[in-house]
Amino acid sequence: MNPIETKQQYSDYVDKKSPNSPILKNCFNAFWVGGLICTIGQLIMDFCKYQGMDETSSSTVVSIVLIAISAILTGLNIFNKIGKFAGAGSLIPITGFANSIVSPAIEYKSEGYVMGVGGKMFTVAGPVLVFGISASVIIGIIAVLFTA
Amino acid sequence: MDFIKSIDLMGLLRCFVVGGIICIIGQILIDKTKLTPARILVIFVTTGAVLGGLGIYKYLIDFAGAGATVPLLGFGANLAKGALQEVQTSGLLGAFVGGVKASAGGIAAAVFFGYLASLIAKPKIKKQ
Repeated sequence: MNPIETKQQYSDYVDKKSPNSPILKNCFNAFWVGGLICTIGQLIMDFCKYQGMDETSSSTVVSIVLIAISAILTGLNIFNKIGKFAGAGSLIPITGFANSIVSPAIEYKSEGYVMGVGGKMFTVAGPVLVFGISASVIIGIIAVLFTA
Repeated sequence: MDFIKSIDLMGLLRCFVVGGIICIIGQILIDKTKLTPARILVIFVTTGAVLGGLGIYKYLIDFAGAGATVPLLGFGANLAKGALQEVQTSGLLGAFVGGVKASAGGIAAAVFFGYLASLIAKPKIKKQ
């Protein structure tokens, strides 16, 4: 075959050689696992409301419980397996955010608790917080300007 | 148990379907683009914050409950909602305080449980 000279040729070559990811199957798995995680969240939420909690507190309890479950499953190395199977199904819910913090925290333990666990914890979650919080501050400032 | 009887099955179904569809969008981004998971999470949170800031996302929350709040879009929308609410009571200060305040439970839980898990769990040896 022709030698690879340009980036485009290389990219075509990689596309040809790499297996087609079965996108339909991936989407189906993401759909039902993601849906199931949200449904578990809804059940926790309904239970909190049933116990007389308000909407905001119930929603916070849902996040905390789902994060705790993801932390346990990550620690037991089960979350990885779910993640491989479900893809975005476990990444996009709050469980993925939790996993992105817990997983490096465990992985970089050997580099020490301060710079290893404490520092590496935010490798993925850091950007999420930076952009999420910045967006909320900008939205708040816009709201102040428009109401003034 | 009364709680089991009180569960709204149609609500659960709406939650399942909407939560699932949001994850499908994420899966398409993973499969069809070369975006890393970190970028996808950032896109979801920022999109959620914008939708929340524009007041659109609350309709999805009314419709799907946890199906809209559990995905990271909901985390973003919650940050924006917190900032907007706090602005009404404390003005410009609220823009800085509100977002994190509304999401504090989730952020603190993730940090705390992450630290706790690192104390207990052993790092796995990566098999290549």
